[in-house]
Amino acid sequence: MVSGGVFFQRESAMPQPSISKTMTTGESGLALVFAVAAFLCLIASAKALDAPFAFHTGLSAAASLAAVFFIINRYYDRPARLPPAEINGRPNYNMGPIKFTAAIAMFWGIAGFLVGLIIASQLAWPALNFDLPWIQFGRLRPLHTSAVIFAFGGNVLIGTSFYVVQKSCRARLAGDLAPWFVVLGYNYFILIAGTGYLLGVTQSKEYAEPEWYADLWLTIVWVTYLLVFLGTIIKRKEPHIFVANWFYLAFIVTIAVLHLGNNPALPVSFFGSKSYIAWGGIQDAMFQWWYGHNAVGFFLTAGFLAIMYYFIPKRAERPIYSYRLSIIHFWALIFLYIWAGPHHLHYTALPDWTQTLGMTFSIMLWMPSWGGMINGLMTLSGAWDKLRTDPVLRMLVVSVAFYGMSTFEGPMMSIKVVNSLSHYTDWTIGHVHSGALGWVGFVSFGALYCLVPWIWNRKGLYSLKLVNWHFWIATLGIVLYISAMWVSGILQGLMWRAYTSLGFLEYSFIESVEAMHPFYVIRAAGGALFLIGALIMAYNLWMTVRVGEQEVQMPVALQPAE
Amino acid sequence: MKAILTLDNLASGLVTTIWTPVFVAIFLAIIAYAFWPRNKAAFDEAASLPLREE
Repeated sequence: MVSGGVFFQRESAMPQPSISKTMTTGESGLALVFAVAAFLCLIASAKALDAPFAFHTGLSAAASLAAVFFIINRYYDRPARLPPAEINGRPNYNMGPIKFTAAIAMFWGIAGFLVGLIIASQLAWPALNFDLPWIQFGRLRPLHTSAVIFAFGGNVLIGTSFYVVQKSCRARLAGDLAPWFVVLGYNYFILIAGTGYLLGVTQSKEYAEPEWYADLWLTIVWVTYLLVFLGTIIKRKEPHIFVANWFYLAFIVTIAVLHLGNNPALPVSFFGSKSYIAWGGIQDAMFQWWYGHNAVGFFLTAGFLAIMYYFIPKRAERPIYSYRLSIIHFWALIFLYIWAGPHHLHYTALPDWTQTLGMTFSIMLWMPSWGGMINGLMTLSGAWDKLRTDPVLRMLVVSVAFYGMSTFEGPMMSIKVVNSLSHYTDWTIGHVHSGALGWVGFVSFGALYCLVPWIWNRKGLYSLKLVNWHFWIATLGIVLYISAMWVSGILQGLMWRAYTSLGFLEYSFIESVEAMHPFYVIRAAGGALFLIGALIMAYNLWMTVRVGEQEVQMPVALQPAE
Repeated sequence: MKAILTLDNLASGLVTTIWTPVFVAIFLAIIAYAFWPRNKAAFDEAASLPLREE
């Protein structure tokens, strides 16, 4: 799918007035920067102190050279004039980078779900790690979380944000090379992070495992992302800034702040992968979970709520139920979420008042999350019948229901007495996956099912029947997954705190591990179903892009061609 | 820590405490903005913005 022709459709049909063709400052400047970067990476590779660093710098030298060739080739291929912002008074939207993110999101999604299935199977049958260091649970687990959250989710967010900001601002994406720099640079970060985990490179901070050099690269990419997004908003033809853009902007800005706050580190050497984090002791723990929970709040919630506020109205062909509620929902989320992190550190060395503060703000989060859920669901007022005929809309709506459910569960688990039972057990894993598979996964699938026909100019999806299969197989998978983890988690928690009449612990730890086995098998089965659903989806989207428009039947509920 | 009222304590206490009323006030202002009757028409129009685009 990642072949040039699919992404680069040039607007060369227009007659071009003859002007002399020169490189833009961006083209020549960026090519020069990458040429220098290639040289520096090569030196770093030669002087590297450890093998993974030599590999990563060598890879970066090759990637920088590839970037130089990409920029120069693109220059020779393009017409003298850059694509206009408008053609015949209509915005000339830039869909190339979005197509790339849609395709690569599907790839990372399948890879991430597969790795998840592998580690779920390793937990059920430990022999499956084959005593190989590269595929130990400890290395594959961050590969799984990063692949599904940052690679799959991140590409969905970047792609949909570039689409929504253009459409709702009626303006072409800002920048010429910048959007490509964002999508390719972000995926290069994923590549460095993921291969690093397999080679044992990690700074051991959950969801922030990439080492210092990957973090620095991500900072550059992310600031560019912010500039492209803001630049498009500034150019807008629509006076009002649509609510989805507010959520996207909160996501982009907050992730930048979190990334910088959590990751200041001192490398042992500029020629080695290892670094030490600047924060010490409990401050480090507090920073980590301030980061970790707000990554949930602003990456996995605010960003995907932006998708909800654009794609559900669009797909249901109904206005947002209450725009007022969306404003209050947004600001309540912003004001409250940032304080909730300490609930990850209940009964630790963190001061007691901080734990209580985290718990209190977590419980207050019920208000914005249910406000958002009601707003998303009620947008279907007058269009409920579409749930029967349109499995894509059903997927989007069920995702909102999962959002409501998991954001009810989360604050409940943050209550200290509940947490004393749930913490460190599989209940947490079940909770996270009801949010990750049900909310983030389904809203992303729904968005991609909408987006792919729109950006490739197809009348509709290849097959709604396959979407239906995907929906039910994945839903069954989620139910197996989360119910297995609930039972397993509560059982685990109760076994750990069970005392005999003489005051001894009733069960040894290994007995509780043994008791988990059947639930781990059920969980792996649930994950396998979720993966099968994603494979069906990939086939369906592939066929949507490949099969010509003539062959595609157009069911009534689908979008008209744009 | 003894609660002695010095200028220093007062200042740091004020700085750390003042955020609560300030944030509450900003949030109440946002609610007022969202429910201001004159803004209703604009918000109703914005609610269907995704349906109007080209």
